[in-house]
Amino acid sequence: MLLIPCPWCGPRNQIEFTYGGDATLKRPPADAPVEAWFEFVYLRDNPCGPHDELWLHSAGCRRWVKVRRDTRTHDILASARPDQALPGGET
Amino acid sequence: MRYSIFSLARNAASRHENWPLAWRSPEPKRSYDAIVVGGGGHGLATAYYLAKEHGISNVAVLEKGWLGGGNTGRNTTIVRSNYHLDANEHFYEFSLKLWESLSQELNFNVMYSARGVLNLVHSPADMDAAIRRGNAMRLNGIDAKFLSRDEIAAWIPELDTSPTARFPIVGGLLQPRGGTVRHDAVAWGYARAADARGVDIIQNCEVTGIRIECGAIAGVDTTRGFIATRKLGIAVAGNSSRLAAMAGIRLPIESHVLQAMVSEPIKPVLHTVVSSGAVHFYISQSDKGELVMGGDLDFYNSYAQRGNLPTIEHVVSACVALFPSFGRLRQLRSWGGIMDMTMDGSPIIAKLPVEGLTMTGGWCYGGFKATPASGWLHAYTIARGAPHPLNAAFTLERFAEGRMIDEKGAGPKPGAH
Repeated sequence: MLLIPCPWCGPRNQIEFTYGGDATLKRPPADAPVEAWFEFVYLRDNPCGPHDELWLHSAGCRRWVKVRRDTRTHDILASARPDQALPGGET
Repeated sequence: MRYSIFSLARNAASRHENWPLAWRSPEPKRSYDAIVVGGGGHGLATAYYLAKEHGISNVAVLEKGWLGGGNTGRNTTIVRSNYHLDANEHFYEFSLKLWESLSQELNFNVMYSARGVLNLVHSPADMDAAIRRGNAMRLNGIDAKFLSRDEIAAWIPELDTSPTARFPIVGGLLQPRGGTVRHDAVAWGYARAADARGVDIIQNCEVTGIRIECGAIAGVDTTRGFIATRKLGIAVAGNSSRLAAMAGIRLPIESHVLQAMVSEPIKPVLHTVVSSGAVHFYISQSDKGELVMGGDLDFYNSYAQRGNLPTIEHVVSACVALFPSFGRLRQLRSWGGIMDMTMDGSPIIAKLPVEGLTMTGGWCYGGFKATPASGWLHAYTIARGAPHPLNAAFTLERFAEGRMIDEKGAGPKPGAH
């Protein structure tokens, strides 16, 4: 069972959350070349190890949460509001 | 040694203590004509068909752990070809045809059991989709049959087909030639047959780097030293992103954990494979008597080969809703495997943008049933340097070109397929 620390609600059971995927993706500007959009929509680093990702606290406060989680062990290393940096900076 | 009733009788006379090893464990040579990374069903099949169909037998299969210890030993053993889109239908039907004669081909009993695969239908919209898919299959020469609720009730009495069921059943789409195969035997059978044709199978040998010179494959660094080759095939689904990254390639793939579980073994009770897309559940009974069941992904990136309890609870509650009597059973064990989830739900069997580098991967939920065709077509692509018509659509470039093969029309969201 994942215990996800929501910055607003505190530690909560994973079943309250919906997974939102890689948090490091940056949406390109609307006039960016098609290659930039292709990378944003389709390509993923898919790391084996610490992964910065988004979770929506859909059955709780309904706000997005940024989580750093190790994909090898499922250990949650840190969490933050989506507009804040995780401790230790970018992965 | 060829396995037969005579070899069995001969070895019975010596109390089965003198069977020869099924394959060698050679030291890696300094170079090979082709190297396949991954000693699961797909990698071993690739090596076997390279030797058999294309005469390339100076081949090594490199496996970081033991043979069939990844997804080949972690699936629910179901084989079928009940897809909707042409590329998938032709590919999986080719695979099912190879399954039908695989025991004879490999001289190894893989226990293919054509017990049928039944997809339950729970609503009129579900029924329209199932009949459309069944008609598409029949137009492509694949067996498909629509069963009414009454026919299903008579055929599978354990299933709750009453109108008051939690998920009322209105019918189902059956593929009679679908069924199950003993998964471990697939790895062992291909390993033995590939070894007999001269392929070196090297276990406990992890690839740590890919060497590229002038845009072409030069070899691989491994935990047992550098091995040179001009042709490198990747068959490591679950870890495709990691191998591709060694060659500087990003893939349209996320790795996710998919769990499966078995009940305690019981006497024969379920003689077919039953699945329900609406409740995300599938079940069959193994030859040992365990009820083998599975459902959805855990829905978060993972390389952990184990999942969490909420998914198990979901699968078990779906099981009990469909088969109330199974609620009396105890669960024996559960496990997880790591899936390459692609952005359209279909695989990649293709050349990669480095000369001499190919992959078969991106299997999502569908890797086991694809094993023989994946190996056959991957070997073809390696040997000829170009894809066969059956895997011509499963390119890496299709994502940039907008030629997605998206069975569900779910869009570029890996967990949704």
